[in-house]
Amino acid sequence: MAEAKTTTAFEPWTDPNAVPYIEIRNVTKKFGEFVAVDNVSLNIYKQELFCLLGGSGCGKTTLLRMLAGFEEPTSGQIFIDGQDMAGIAPYRRPVNMMFQSYALFPHMTVEHNVAFGLKQDNVPKGEIADRVAKILELVKLGSFGKRKPHQLSGGQRQRVALARALVKQPKLLLLDEPLGALDKKLRESTQFELMKIQDQLGVTFVVVTHDQEEAMTLSSRIGVMNHGRIIQTGTPTEIYEFPNSRFVADFVGTVNMFPGRIVDEDNDYVRIGCDEAACTIFINHGVAAPPNAELWVAVRPEKIHLTREAPADARDNCVRGTVDGIAYMGDMSIYNVRLDSGKMIKVTQPNLIRHSEDTITWDDRVFLHWHASSGVVLTL
Amino acid sequence: MKQKSWFLRGALALGFAFLYLPILSLVVYSFNDNKLVTVWSKFSVKWYGVLLQDEPILSAAWLSLKIAFMNATLAVILGTLVALALARFGAFRGRALLSSLATAPLVMPEVITGLSLLLLFVAMEQFIGWPAGRGTLTIVIAHATFSMSYVAVIVQSRLTGMDVSIEEAALDLGAKPAKVFMVITLPIIAPALLSGWLLAFTLSLDDLVIASFVSGPGSTTLPMVIYSKVRLGLSPEINALATLLVGFVSIAVLGAGLLMARQERLRQRDVQMAIAGNK
Amino acid sequence: MSRAGYVPLGERMATASEPLLRTLVRLPLLRWFFNTLGRFAISGRGAVVLVPYAWLLLFFAIPFVIVLKISLADQVIAQPPYTALVQWTEDTYLQIKLNLGNYLFLVQDALYWKAYLNSVKIAFISAFVCLLIGYPMAYAMARAEESWRNVLLMLVVLPFWTSFLLRVYAWIGILNNTGLINNWLIAAGIIDEPITMIRTNFAVYIGIVYSYLPFMILPLYSTLEKLDNTLLEAAADLGCRPFEAFLTITLPLSMPGVVAGFSLVFIPALGEFVIPDLLGGKDSLMIGHVLWDEFFANRAWPVASAVAIAMLTLVLLLMAGQRKLEEKAETAA
Repeated sequence: MAEAKTTTAFEPWTDPNAVPYIEIRNVTKKFGEFVAVDNVSLNIYKQELFCLLGGSGCGKTTLLRMLAGFEEPTSGQIFIDGQDMAGIAPYRRPVNMMFQSYALFPHMTVEHNVAFGLKQDNVPKGEIADRVAKILELVKLGSFGKRKPHQLSGGQRQRVALARALVKQPKLLLLDEPLGALDKKLRESTQFELMKIQDQLGVTFVVVTHDQEEAMTLSSRIGVMNHGRIIQTGTPTEIYEFPNSRFVADFVGTVNMFPGRIVDEDNDYVRIGCDEAACTIFINHGVAAPPNAELWVAVRPEKIHLTREAPADARDNCVRGTVDGIAYMGDMSIYNVRLDSGKMIKVTQPNLIRHSEDTITWDDRVFLHWHASSGVVLTL
Repeated sequence: MKQKSWFLRGALALGFAFLYLPILSLVVYSFNDNKLVTVWSKFSVKWYGVLLQDEPILSAAWLSLKIAFMNATLAVILGTLVALALARFGAFRGRALLSSLATAPLVMPEVITGLSLLLLFVAMEQFIGWPAGRGTLTIVIAHATFSMSYVAVIVQSRLTGMDVSIEEAALDLGAKPAKVFMVITLPIIAPALLSGWLLAFTLSLDDLVIASFVSGPGSTTLPMVIYSKVRLGLSPEINALATLLVGFVSIAVLGAGLLMARQERLRQRDVQMAIAGNK
Repeated sequence: MSRAGYVPLGERMATASEPLLRTLVRLPLLRWFFNTLGRFAISGRGAVVLVPYAWLLLFFAIPFVIVLKISLADQVIAQPPYTALVQWTEDTYLQIKLNLGNYLFLVQDALYWKAYLNSVKIAFISAFVCLLIGYPMAYAMARAEESWRNVLLMLVVLPFWTSFLLRVYAWIGILNNTGLINNWLIAAGIIDEPITMIRTNFAVYIGIVYSYLPFMILPLYSTLEKLDNTLLEAAADLGCRPFEAFLTITLPLSMPGVVAGFSLVFIPALGEFVIPDLLGGKDSLMIGHVLWDEFFANRAWPVASAVAIAMLTLVLLLMAGQRKLEEKAETAA
């Protein structure tokens, strides 16, 4: 499962000779005047688990529905396994979808639901029974075949929907908020199950979600969408650690943003002056930005250290503030620190010790400092 | 916070008394021996005997049932098509016109509908020779025209209440649109079709005004016979007829209600079982 | 066209009507119709729209055009009893004769506009009484225990499934001079002479309210039932008394239901024929009844058509007004 991926280094997108399995070329979709999807180009490779991540109305579901064939692109093309999908009806596409509402047929049993797609393809009866039994076993619903959808719990329904979409062995499986309707605990276990099944069957998955945590854990790559455009594509690590814009940095995870200007630069470092931080920010790599241009430095809360005493060598990347609030989360605590400039900064600290007299608390004066590699410079 | 005020209880009780006492009086006095309907003499079922010998009433009732059956079937087909177009085809040209054409018959006074349809039938006969004369056919057409609106409203609300992705899922799994309709949509909206059919049947069985306009000689429906009798004054035979009708409808509706309640109970039990039993 | 002196009738009609047809096709409405027809005929789902569309146009929309046409014709003793508007005179000329006399007649003869006004009055009062009776009932039903609601709803709908004619008939037996009420009151010694109730406006009000009450209750119930109960709890929490909460929260939020219920009673009641005919007297003449009499008793098809057009205008105006009101109520709620 997860570790299998990292050890075999499944990264076809880095291989210039790899042929994309799904190719979305300059696709635009308009509903009247409203542009839902705006000139999106995207390559997805075989056996990938690709997540489209974005807020509501960002166009991710429209893009998914165009892959399924429920919407036709206003312009642009979609290729699946080399075949142009223009004008091909949903019922003729080698694509199946798991719907957000699961869309189980309420008047059919679990077995009939799962067998429905195979019947449409005129698969022989005996084979249908075999394949249905096998896939139900895979999603651990072997004994539920005779039940109707309303006799199942939410998690079971989700697995029926998955089985129904998988049983046709589609080239591409689309999942619209697959875990959205489940509660938090169930969601976590289902996430891993989903990854395991994808790994076993080797089907290419495209998942739409608004939940960044879900996207981070599930996917091989993520495409972050906003206003109908794909803002950044990359592995979860790339998206989190190297966001390409303020939008991505802010949408994925929590971030502290410092606006500033370059005051000193060379090939291997920049120093950025920031009024709000009342200190200069040092970054240990060069930046492709015109001098004196306005830019932003993003620092993740977990990368900031919080101390009462000033750190040694505190010339850059160190600001003073007062603890304004603490949110205790169990495994960690979130500190809201008010800088002397008035700006609020979020810092997370793991709660490594069960109880300590010496923990930083409300109204303490503190130093915030971070490593030269922690800040991300953003120009957009 | 289900506090019950006496005012509300009283309003309900009085309201239902107002709705049901007149019907009850019809039933009670149908068992009156006296020829004067409202003067009680003694219990008797003789008017039921008279009713069952009354050839014009019986043949009119038979005709009305036939018309109601044909009308209901036609209205369900047409009304379902309207509902499908309005609920599923998105914005198409002429949608607004179709929508108002389909709902206008609901509030159109019957005299206007009746008169305009008759004038249409006369004009059509004059120019294309069809329909030749007025009778069962013209009544069915007229009834279907206004009862399809009721069916359309019922089916449309069921269609809009239904999760569209269920149909999309069937398409996605390889079923063609026509098959999706037959195998998925139709079974799910079947209850709406049934209640639409029953409503159309009742509306047709009940209609006096429109049928009077578009009927011809030899196609006298039950309401037309009742009307001509009622105009002449009270008749115990009509009471007996009303009692039979009320009895029939009550049994049918109560039966349907009990059946629905039972299914709902079973459903509830299943849902409880699903929540409690397994994870 | 033909060099011979004799021109066949069909050809003559075609020549004469060609420019007419061409202009007709150019009319925006018709052009739009043919375009739509063409568009849908090619797509597979076209039939789904076209069949009911054609049906409604033929049997619901076109008849009104014919009614309008006949309302402008002269009455003659013939089969059918009206003159043609468009006539061929001297073989080649089209002559269109419009007769506005029927409408003039409606305005001049007091019988018609009195019936017209009377209909509006009776329908309005009846709808208002329906609202007064129906609102508390719908409110009580919406506040009843969940398990009771469906039963109560069924009880409201049940009379609707029995014959309307027979339910009106029941009131004759109750309101007659020798009817149940008078019989009981006389037997109880409260009155000596029967009170005249049948063949009065009072009887018509009772008949309409009785027959149309379910149409008032159902839309009211459905808006009241959807009303979020926590709104009332919030109002109570903020110190609002129950009756005040009803006036400031429930009533405004139920306005869409009030508008829908009121128009579902008011508009059809305007054209009511059976109830005033069976229960009403001389002073409860309604427009639907006038139309019926003109048509069946006097065989005056053109006048009946003119009455229908006058009525239709009113109904369409009311429907437009209702739509406006409903939109307003929706946005306000």
